[in-house]
Amino acid sequence: MTRLAAFLDSDLAWSFRHSPVTVVAAIVAVVSIVGAIGAPLFAPHDPFDLAKLDLLDAFAPPAWFDQGKAMFLLGTDDQGRDVFSTILYGTRISLAVGVASVVLSMVLGTGLGLLAGYVGGVLDAIIMRVADVQLSFPAILIALLINGLARIAWPDAAHAGIAFWVIVLSIGLSGWVQYARTVRGSTLVEARKEYVQAARVIGRHPLAIMFRHVLPNVTGPVLVIATIHLATAITTEATLSFLGVGMPPTTPSLGTLIRIGNDFLFSGEWWITVFPGVALVTLVLSVNLLGDWLRDALNPRLR
Amino acid sequence: MLAFCIRRIAQAVAVMLVVGLIAFALFRFVGDPVVFMLGQDATPEDRARMNAELGLDQPFHLQYARFVGRALQGEFGLSLRQLRPVSTLFRERLPATLELAVAAALFALAVGIPMGVYAALQRRSWLTQAFLVLSLVGVALPTFLIGILLILVFAVQLGWLPSFGRGETVALGAWSTGLLTASGLKALILPAITLGLYQMTLIMRLTRAEMLEVLRTDYIRFARARGLTDRAVYFRHGLYNTLVPVITVAGLQLGSIIAFAIITETVFQWPGMGLLFIQSVMFADVPVMAAYLCLIALVFVVINFVVDLLYHAVDPRLRLELAAAR
Repeated sequence: MTRLAAFLDSDLAWSFRHSPVTVVAAIVAVVSIVGAIGAPLFAPHDPFDLAKLDLLDAFAPPAWFDQGKAMFLLGTDDQGRDVFSTILYGTRISLAVGVASVVLSMVLGTGLGLLAGYVGGVLDAIIMRVADVQLSFPAILIALLINGLARIAWPDAAHAGIAFWVIVLSIGLSGWVQYARTVRGSTLVEARKEYVQAARVIGRHPLAIMFRHVLPNVTGPVLVIATIHLATAITTEATLSFLGVGMPPTTPSLGTLIRIGNDFLFSGEWWITVFPGVALVTLVLSVNLLGDWLRDALNPRLR
Repeated sequence: MLAFCIRRIAQAVAVMLVVGLIAFALFRFVGDPVVFMLGQDATPEDRARMNAELGLDQPFHLQYARFVGRALQGEFGLSLRQLRPVSTLFRERLPATLELAVAAALFALAVGIPMGVYAALQRRSWLTQAFLVLSLVGVALPTFLIGILLILVFAVQLGWLPSFGRGETVALGAWSTGLLTASGLKALILPAITLGLYQMTLIMRLTRAEMLEVLRTDYIRFARARGLTDRAVYFRHGLYNTLVPVITVAGLQLGSIIAFAIITETVFQWPGMGLLFIQSVMFADVPVMAAYLCLIALVFVVINFVVDLLYHAVDPRLRLELAAAR
């Protein structure tokens, strides 16, 4: 049996096929992700090429309205940028920030969790106390504070390419606790098992035991947390950008697009805000549903 | 009980001291306060005099102690952007945020609990399904988007409600309230719904889950067997026991409401502390950031402390564990 066939025959694939909501969510997520990654290919216009923008095209409503233009499916914004194209590019940035933040949180949280669980003692106490304190504040607040600190440290953070990394840093550092707690718990269980003791007896280095032997056995829950965290990270990024402390208007994420459109809400140009908003909610909802499914599917108690 | 209290207070104080240390480090090391106050082209003698006046030539721990002492009296210095005392700014803006937070919490409870009870009692009704879908969307919908959509529908399209500000306020001593004027109440509706919607879906799902749990217990079956009416069984026996965890979670969420008010206040230009904070982040206004950090930490520490005490008082098992540990 090939690997693919084995995968299609697995419990995971079975539960996926038998959950229509999950299948729909997966399709929506894949379409969003492919559309975002291939934005330069799929976007009908290049919204960031200033030479091609025409202010006469500004504020065109969606194509199915009377004043709409067929070439701008979802209308245009104040600078004559095609809303559909900016959404594709914006999703790309939102996803990039989301994935990078999740990776940062995951690496940090998993590493600290392994250390805390395997080494124990004072190190464990310190890491877990910090985690407790951080957990009692909402993640968005922590992200805002780290963002504020970074802004003071690099005063030009608002414009330069630093903005991306500032956001990744603030979201990534605000989300590691979940990983650390879960990994620590699983590590405590694994560390008592025979294979770990055997590895210890033959004198493998503690770091090698942690990362080569224990880590592969605690990845299941980490994967679940990462999926759900991706949805949260995208929302947090959108919120920061909407508040004006996220991605700058020159490289807008979905949140920045919503912020830009918000200025034109009162003059009736609702499409500049609403369509990026719909794109954001669809993306977050589908990733969230996938995460929920993965959690249930990997939970042996629910089988 | 006393030992437990003392230990929790010690922990709370430790957390506050650490938060204070972060805030102080902000103050002291991020940007040079002397340059802020004297400008770039002050003479070295002026700077040295200012350093001495501000106590910046003292050792670090003494400076920190002074900072804590002043913070305890509510003094955080001048806002760098508005050049007014931070404490005055906060005092002006506290009522707006508190009124908004309380209104949002009341909305979440008043709508969330009945919805949850209905969803538990009428499990197969289409309305229940609608509630559950709503709660799913409510989780995926970011707070600021809810606000924008509400503004679009009720302020722009229908023109029923104002989209920004607090309306007219009445001063009751130092407290300026928007609750006593018609325009103030109207202005409160949309922000309160925006802020409370997420908590509402949370409370709804929690109430439903708890209620389903309670309705399965033996004493409910006995209550039915005694021939009590449905009404008495559901509301006198079922709901009462559901409410304990619901109220606890609602209490814990109060801190989150105050934190999320930052977003709602930005959407609606609500002149509260959240808006002040976000402006201070944008303009690197360190004293305001530091003070907000300390204040919000205090709110969370107090809420967690009170909830711990309540749990301790309500749940005898916790007390047993403590006795066993001794």
